[in-house]
Amino acid sequence: MTSLWPRLEPLLPHVQKPARYIGCEDGAVTPEHGPGKVAWLLVYPDTYEIGLPNQGLQILYEILNERPDAVAERSYAPWTDLEAKLRERGIPLFSVDTHRAAGEFDVLAFNLSAELVYTNLLNCIDLAGVPVRAADRAPEHPIVVAGGHCTFNPEPVADFIDAAVIGDGEEVVSEITERVREWKAGGRTPGSRQRLLRDLASVPGVYVPSMYEPVYDGERLVAIEPRFPDVPERVEKRTIADLGDWPYPKRQLVPLTEVVHDRLNVEVFRGCTRGCRFCQAGMITRPVRERPADQVRTMVLDGLRRTGYDEVSLTSLSSADFSGIEGVVADVVDQPAGCGNVSISLPSLRVDAFTVGIASQIQRARRTGLTFAPEAGTWRMRQIINKLIREEDLYGAVESAYSQGWRRVKLYFMTGLPSETDQDTLGIAELARNVVAIGRRHNKHASATVSVGGFVPKPHTPFQWFGQNTAAELHRKVGLLRDELRRERGVQLKWHDPKASLAEGIASRGDRRVGAAIEHVWRHGGTFQEWSEHFDLGLWEEAMAANGLSIDWYVHRHRTEDEVLPWDHISAGLHKDFLWQDWQDALHELGVEDCRWTPCYDCGVCTGYSIEHVVASPVPPAGGSQGTGQDLATGGERPAHLLGTRAVPVTIGARPA
Amino acid sequence: MRLRIRYARLGKVRFTSHRDVARIWERALRRTELPVAYSAGFSPRPKLAFGLALPTGAESVAEYLDVELAGAGPVPDELPDRLSAALPAGLDVLAVAPLEAGADSLQHAVTSCTWTVEVLDLDADRAESLVAAALAAGTLVVTRQRKGKAVTDDLRPALLALGVNGPTPAGVELHAELSTQPRGVRTSELLAALDPGLQEGLVRRTHQWIQRDDGRVEPLPLERLPGTVGAHTSRVAERVS
Repeated sequence: MTSLWPRLEPLLPHVQKPARYIGCEDGAVTPEHGPGKVAWLLVYPDTYEIGLPNQGLQILYEILNERPDAVAERSYAPWTDLEAKLRERGIPLFSVDTHRAAGEFDVLAFNLSAELVYTNLLNCIDLAGVPVRAADRAPEHPIVVAGGHCTFNPEPVADFIDAAVIGDGEEVVSEITERVREWKAGGRTPGSRQRLLRDLASVPGVYVPSMYEPVYDGERLVAIEPRFPDVPERVEKRTIADLGDWPYPKRQLVPLTEVVHDRLNVEVFRGCTRGCRFCQAGMITRPVRERPADQVRTMVLDGLRRTGYDEVSLTSLSSADFSGIEGVVADVVDQPAGCGNVSISLPSLRVDAFTVGIASQIQRARRTGLTFAPEAGTWRMRQIINKLIREEDLYGAVESAYSQGWRRVKLYFMTGLPSETDQDTLGIAELARNVVAIGRRHNKHASATVSVGGFVPKPHTPFQWFGQNTAAELHRKVGLLRDELRRERGVQLKWHDPKASLAEGIASRGDRRVGAAIEHVWRHGGTFQEWSEHFDLGLWEEAMAANGLSIDWYVHRHRTEDEVLPWDHISAGLHKDFLWQDWQDALHELGVEDCRWTPCYDCGVCTGYSIEHVVASPVPPAGGSQGTGQDLATGGERPAHLLGTRAVPVTIGARPA
Repeated sequence: MRLRIRYARLGKVRFTSHRDVARIWERALRRTELPVAYSAGFSPRPKLAFGLALPTGAESVAEYLDVELAGAGPVPDELPDRLSAALPAGLDVLAVAPLEAGADSLQHAVTSCTWTVEVLDLDADRAESLVAAALAAGTLVVTRQRKGKAVTDDLRPALLALGVNGPTPAGVELHAELSTQPRGVRTSELLAALDPGLQEGLVRRTHQWIQRDDGRVEPLPLERLPGTVGAHTSRVAERVS
């Protein structure tokens, strides 16, 4: 192989942020490739700053490089300025570790964390010199694999990938390596690619789209059928039973240039059973698997010493739920490395589990930003989404924060939720005002930043049947809040572009036919659609129309109970009838408890896979949780002027007569 | 106690920015567990003072950093190597020495820098004539953008020395000493003044200078520090000369 570095180096003085293309991170390896080794290129199809911190990619990078029969390098989407220069000179996509051409790897493995990167997936495949459609690939081309949360509905990208991994990747990458190694040893003869793919289709957790045929009746999808008898009808997700067996990353990459989440990250648990009905991550990563507290401490202390970071984030879907979180936080703050100036961030804090104890521990070091996510403005709405936090929980949490010296908190909300009324939307403003009023008791400059995102229904959630609000409706609701909060100096309102939510909706619940639209957007220059300066809804609308696809049908239409969903052949372990029942409960404003501390309600995951929660504490954290340790009867307190309003009658998604 | 550190930035790592390097240094100092002094307040920061920013993409064998320590004591012999080991490949510590009390900050003290500049697709003869013309000129006027406005500047007073080192595979290498006060003149500005069509290749800062009444000195000369230059740095030092 030849390094592309001598050809890249002269280009770098002429592009923005050239340090993102040089590699050289602490923790990076310079692997020795060889004929007996399967070469993986792990690609994050967005910029280096976004992709480098991705923990999933770093975990697989280490696991693969530990194997004697595999090597792994990394690549990120080059920004448009470098891409233009690469294309002009015929230089392909490259790894940042040894600047090797992407086409020289055996496997191109993409992390798909968000739907709007799909056009970048195509762009990276193309930049690698590989045909973007899987059907056009020849024996000399790498196998294109995708993983990450988005692959739970792989259909929109089915035509572009050779295989998708569903669920945790720690174990399955080794199983894929073994099969690709045999393929490589066999000389990649004509026809062998098809045999490899068919073989991969039988690996649990691996979905090979070309082995399945979608069947339509008019515009309705009727079935997705295996083409061969040895191909499973349903692909079950992979789940590692015990996070304690996987203390990765052991050598987290320390970038030379600024990236997002630029700190030590230690995953304290995976999975979440709070049961928020909008949350795809919580539904598809069940059950809860906590890392042993001692291992967390070791990973934090070793990691700080090795990296020189002065900030550590204890990551999970809801970090305050970790058993004994206060003790772990105290130990980290008290540790000797970093001259006693180590700060801690806890992303995804639930307000009902955030206490003065945690607040006072965190602020002993440097104070980091605090973000709380009530998600919805009224108790009625929070019952519907099953995020059972009461107003007093929120007020208690912000009281803890402001009283411990924070001047600003961030609050995250969604709008466009099922059966949402304008009163529900305006409840966001009321909560924000009350939060700032509490803050002012402690600091006259107290403020709150309110971020509002348009709700995009996701596959494998109880809200997968719900028709997304139109961009115009989301825009109107944001406008309501803007008017309501215009005079409120302490509240800063931010919102996500409703047009981007619309494009996300197309890709989120699309079927295989949507692939043609994604390709159209890419072919017309629509890369980096996650970036507002590049996002172009017009391209998406044009792409859908050009392929005879209706945005309304894919995005805004409520699905019915009997409808075959494009991801029905992909299993997150959740029974479809459980999800449907939960959807009906939502519409009746009924919550469910968190099953890690209460009896099983049989969502299907633990029983189906014979696995269990790994939770050290038998009781919920202080402050109660999701129906346990809380008196939910008091939750109905609403802003006074909203009392007496009632939701519209439930008519959504019912079985057609 | 304050330490002055001289280090090199060579190879791929030259594409990092001044801010990137500052962050890299903060992490490296924590990794070596050197007792760095921290500022007081809500957001304590290590007390580090960097010298003149090096443009992204330029190499250097004469970068400086002053570090304030919480205590006093002798500088361990192995400190340069320990620091180099905590830094990414290409950032190498060449020398470390205690700084006398009351010494001027790098930003104030340094008066000029010597650079080598590769000019692409230029032959040595043409380079010699451009250099001769520039040295003979009374003024070297360039136009640059400042706060959205076009500003003209005469670079001639800032050009303290200029010469041709010889051909490189891609062109020719010049050396230039440029004043840093009242402002630091960039090598790209110098090339634009010589001939707007010139293309800059590899740039390397070789020296920073402090002008004194009795001549100019480096903030931390390499030859003054026998014993603190380890195996790691002697390789780099070869490239200095």
